[in-house]
Amino acid sequence: MLEVILRGLVFIIAAPFVGGLLSGIDRKITARMQGRRGPSIFQSFYDVRKLLSKQVLIVNSLQHMLVWGFLIFVVFTGVLFFAGEDILLVIFSLTTAVMFMVMASYSVNSPFSAMGSQRELIQMMSYEPMLLISAVGFYMATGTFNIKGIMQANIPAIVYLPGVFAGFLYILTVKLGKSPFDLSNSHHAHQEMVKGITTEMSGSVFALIEIAHWYENVFLLGIVGLFIVSNQWWSWIIAGIVILITFFLEILIDNTSARVKWDVMLKTVWAITLVVGGINIFILDIIR
Amino acid sequence: MAKLKKSPWIIHYDGSSCNGCDIEVLACLTPLYDVERFGVINTGNPKHADILLITGGINAQNKKVVEQIYQQMPEPKVVVAVGICAYNGGIFKECYNILGGVDKVIPVDIYVPGCAARPESIIDGVVQAVDLLEMKQDYFEKNGISYNKAMKNKNESNKENES
Ligand code: SF4
Repeated sequence: MLEVILRGLVFIIAAPFVGGLLSGIDRKITARMQGRRGPSIFQSFYDVRKLLSKQVLIVNSLQHMLVWGFLIFVVFTGVLFFAGEDILLVIFSLTTAVMFMVMASYSVNSPFSAMGSQRELIQMMSYEPMLLISAVGFYMATGTFNIKGIMQANIPAIVYLPGVFAGFLYILTVKLGKSPFDLSNSHHAHQEMVKGITTEMSGSVFALIEIAHWYENVFLLGIVGLFIVSNQWWSWIIAGIVILITFFLEILIDNTSARVKWDVMLKTVWAITLVVGGINIFILDIIR
Repeated sequence: MAKLKKSPWIIHYDGSSCNGCDIEVLACLTPLYDVERFGVINTGNPKHADILLITGGINAQNKKVVEQIYQQMPEPKVVVAVGICAYNGGIFKECYNILGGVDKVIPVDIYVPGCAARPESIIDGVVQAVDLLEMKQDYFEKNGISYNKAMKNKNESNKENES
């Protein structure tokens, strides 16, 4: 029990630093890809510090509470994951967190906000099956839903789940809010609906969202690592390298593609889920 | 201290400009000038913005829009009027629909000269705007009332005294 609490605490304290730094590195690499110098890699911390010091235009008190709910559930998701609990629980907790975000955005009258939340729901609809298939895949590969158990496997999960891994990378773009799937909230300026889901959030409320995204990104990259690790110590190094490569590829895709319409996203994500994820699970079911 | 200095977010509004100044504003974001290296982001959302960059004058139609954008920005905020049009209407001054410069409807803090304003002077204007942001933040922390509101009250009481 003590170990679980300790791991959770380490995540709560360390994840914002890692996540903030990652988003700073993201902006730096993006700038370099565009031939610019780009901001400092600590820029995200500066941004959040500024947001915390600004005036908050409270639209309604409900929104404020729901945003807190989003942050708390995202942190909870990450704690469950890094403490090595049940992966199904982790996924459900993540879904709850996103629901808080959608409701926070729906709670105001702004049409941009409402459109952003509709798109967020569509995004959710598109990636949720793949997330569940990943959990099922982990179970079939290692015989357990318990994350600690998955990490103790003799053979890393990716050996059995190459298709599921590919499918997961595909939805990761949706989850990280990168082009071409940054429908509900783009990091880049001048989206057709202002700032989508975060349009009506200002000052410290918006800062909470940013911090929640840092936690979320660390947790998502953690799942990428979960595919690689086994009971060998060197598998952790490989997992680290794979995470970095994944992160770089996400930035590359972000910078080389344009935003697609929601139906294209839904169709391709479901097609990928069904084809690579489904076939992978099917084959696994036959050979095991 | 210096919380705002490192991440001034900008909202750019095109009044009734000829688009000349707007091109120059956007030029600031290109690799040559790259204002993002100072943490500047061009957001499209007044609720996330610290600095309002306006190009072009005010006409009967955009008067309300400019007022609303200004009201939706959280304190502290700074308004930068870019180009001669934003100062007093510029070459469009005599047009039937032009009310005048941006300061006809909202308080302007900084005027950037030029027709079109050069990217260098726009960046210079933004740098000065950042210092002003800091000043306004300090004012708020010291007096508990936003600088803009305090000035407004002062102007109104002055007017009352005169009359
Ligand atoms: S100041 Fe000159 S360049 Fe700028 S909007 Fe006016 S006419 Fe165009």
